[in-house]
Amino acid sequence: MLAASAIALAVAVPLLVVGAAWRHPAGDVWRHLWDTQLAGLLVNTLGLAAAVGVGTLVVGTGLAWLVVAYRFPGRRVFEWALVLPLAVPAYVIGFAFLGMFDFSGPVQSALRRALGDGLRVPDLRSGWGVALVMTLVFYPYVYLLARSAFREHGLATLETARSLGHSRRRAFFEIVLPMARPSLVAGVSLAVMEALADFGTVSTFGYRTLTEAIYRVWNGMFDRVAATQLASLLLLLALALLVLERALRGRRRFTQSQRRGGGVEGARLRGWRARVATGACLAVLGLAFVLPVGQLLLWAGELVGGARVPRNLPGLLGSTFVLAGAAALSICALGLILAYAVRLHPSPGARFVAQLSSMGYALPGAVIAVGVLAPIAWLDGVLHDVAKLVLGRPLDLLLTGSAGAVLFAYAVRFLAVGYQTIDAGLARIPPSFDEAARSLGVRLGSTLRRVHLPLMRGGLLTAAIMVWVETMKELPATLLLRPLGLKTLAIEVWELTSESRWAEAALPAIAIVLVGLFPLMLTTHLTAGPPHGPR
Amino acid sequence: MRSRAFTLRLGLAVIGSVALFLGVAPAPAAEEVVLYTARHYGQEKAFDAFTQKTGIQIKTLNGEAGPLLERLKAEGERSPADVFFTVDAGNLWNAARAGVFAPVTSAELTKNVPAHLRDPEHRWFGLTMRARTIMYNTKKVNPADLSTYEALGEPRWKGRLCLRSSGYIYNQSLLATMIKRHGEPRAEQIVKGWVANQPTIISGDTKILEAIAAGQCDVGLTNTYYLARLLAKDPNFPVAPLWANQATTGTHVNVSGGGVTAHAKNRAGAIKLLEFLSTLEAQQMFADTSMEFPVNPKAEIHAIVRSWGPFKQDDVNVAAAGEFQAAATRLADRAGYK
Repeated sequence: MLAASAIALAVAVPLLVVGAAWRHPAGDVWRHLWDTQLAGLLVNTLGLAAAVGVGTLVVGTGLAWLVVAYRFPGRRVFEWALVLPLAVPAYVIGFAFLGMFDFSGPVQSALRRALGDGLRVPDLRSGWGVALVMTLVFYPYVYLLARSAFREHGLATLETARSLGHSRRRAFFEIVLPMARPSLVAGVSLAVMEALADFGTVSTFGYRTLTEAIYRVWNGMFDRVAATQLASLLLLLALALLVLERALRGRRRFTQSQRRGGGVEGARLRGWRARVATGACLAVLGLAFVLPVGQLLLWAGELVGGARVPRNLPGLLGSTFVLAGAAALSICALGLILAYAVRLHPSPGARFVAQLSSMGYALPGAVIAVGVLAPIAWLDGVLHDVAKLVLGRPLDLLLTGSAGAVLFAYAVRFLAVGYQTIDAGLARIPPSFDEAARSLGVRLGSTLRRVHLPLMRGGLLTAAIMVWVETMKELPATLLLRPLGLKTLAIEVWELTSESRWAEAALPAIAIVLVGLFPLMLTTHLTAGPPHGPR
Repeated sequence: MRSRAFTLRLGLAVIGSVALFLGVAPAPAAEEVVLYTARHYGQEKAFDAFTQKTGIQIKTLNGEAGPLLERLKAEGERSPADVFFTVDAGNLWNAARAGVFAPVTSAELTKNVPAHLRDPEHRWFGLTMRARTIMYNTKKVNPADLSTYEALGEPRWKGRLCLRSSGYIYNQSLLATMIKRHGEPRAEQIVKGWVANQPTIISGDTKILEAIAAGQCDVGLTNTYYLARLLAKDPNFPVAPLWANQATTGTHVNVSGGGVTAHAKNRAGAIKLLEFLSTLEAQQMFADTSMEFPVNPKAEIHAIVRSWGPFKQDDVNVAAAGEFQAAATRLADRAGYK
């Protein structure tokens, strides 16, 4: 419990730094924003959040149910392949989309040649365009969590409901979905928080949100304080969404008392239904993965003879691997401690603190990075003074610009991913298991190790993959806090794309996708086993 | 069980490599200059030449201007940085205001860098220059119809104009110098003229040029080196620049550049680096790789860029970009320029 409080507190410090921006008045900026755009920004931001929330819920849940509950051509491949878009940085998908479907892109050009110059199609650079792209980028969060929930209880529950006379559809909507609710909510809230914090995609598409305004105030007015105050609005929005969900959920709790995932076969789809199922998976995968990766390959092909493989590729791969691996391990451990503490002491207060500490996910990365910088630099100052007193000589900067600082920033940013995912997994295990273990005199650590961990192995692995992939793509915090000379694939890609050198950026971007595939394959290896046997 | 052992081994391997990674200590090296830079392209060659000449190693930390400045500030007097580089005069002005630069008195720099491209208080120096001007489709537009930034507000360009968003730093700097030149009310009128023409807002200068070539719009505003790079790939790319405001204030120019940090550990080396980068030799490398304009008037401009002919630049000190940038951002918001 103490450990959990310490974690929550440490991770919350940068958020407090963000909140502390309010100590300095920035009234004139606010008045200006209020006069010119604040209402529009809020409408845009909330609209986008809602659209991405609904979009990822429908796409992610639908696909997950399809691959778990049915059998159709290609299902085995889709089952893991549908996670792939997660490994592609969002702005790459956005850019590939624009490249393909923009006015000067091949699709519209071909249409104009065929149908004449008067052709006008709806502009992709709009709210719906952004929502579409973000749905395609972020649905895998919902898909991964829903899939793991459905696999654990979905089919068995469906069978039971059907044997009690429910129709398939009714059983799905009235029993399977409500049972999966914690997982779906966790997935959707991750997607929505990503959408709130996104800068790359909205700026590429020219869609103005709060995050876009934060950068505008920061870079355009050189007013970081006001920008940080704006960022705290994002925190409030994210918090409001979570509170709303808790209120809607009320006191209902769904757990499974028996693990009966195995032994039940998905229903085989035939004829047009099978074709629709395959087609839906293909369409999503095509737009969200094949198109952007294909575009990357095209760009890579523009380079003569592959002469421009970055010299330092092994180094880039190494540092990306190590950072992502360290982050995945440490953040899952932190998330587990936090989620477990809340389970042991389930008070609204504890839950709220845990949620609060994972709110960093809704903040733009650069804001978090600067929020991390302040306490780290302060700590460095303290160390410096202590060293001067004790050793009698000054100290170099130890923490600022260290790998430790980068990992701390990852924890602040991505604890949400670890915590939400693990919490959703834990929530499906009935508390009666804990009570049984306790009444048998099993100690706390053993209960966790022998009862909970085996039951939530799928959830833990899901959390680890998501954190891995997130850190691999992470840019602002790595960029700002890293030691001199440390560079990741994402930084390499960013340096090149910020100069519009897409051809050279293509290879390191493809490397990111490949590094993202690694944990995916690993999990398939670890969880697949016999497809329907006990795990 | 097999998989558990596998997980264990994997875990150990990861932990081991992390320990290795965290424990790597910087080796004591020859004399070095540490550079924090928000400019990431076209300078490597010049850096290599500097190292060859002086034996001084250059260590760089790339980043974005805003966050990098925060890191410099947070590190304070113990910062390892000797030099801070960034694009855009507004960013340089802001860094100077934040106090991260120490002034440099150098005859070499004063000689090589024209007065309007460096800080009047000698805290930062422009090292490359970029011009932001009017671009038009050579097949659809008669260049005689184009003249000034202001004239893009004429009704004839209604629905034919492509712009970056007003949040884009080079546009903010353009607006800022307009405020300096014409005063805020007149500048706002100009921007309102653009807005009345319902410009298509496109993210990316290259994208704007492609949109002009494809016929989505006929004119736009971009930096010239993006066009030069496109023309280097395809000499028939149907877009050409028109030097804006030649009869009046001159075409808007901006810089990338840098200064020596206030707490530089190797101030002498840092000054040497800045001086070297302003010399003919280094300036020529900048011009050849990035297709920007050298600031040193003696350096030769890239052939493609030269083919556009000489032009009169706005000689207001580029520091105005910073001084009036906040006002420019607000003005754009008021005028409804997205």
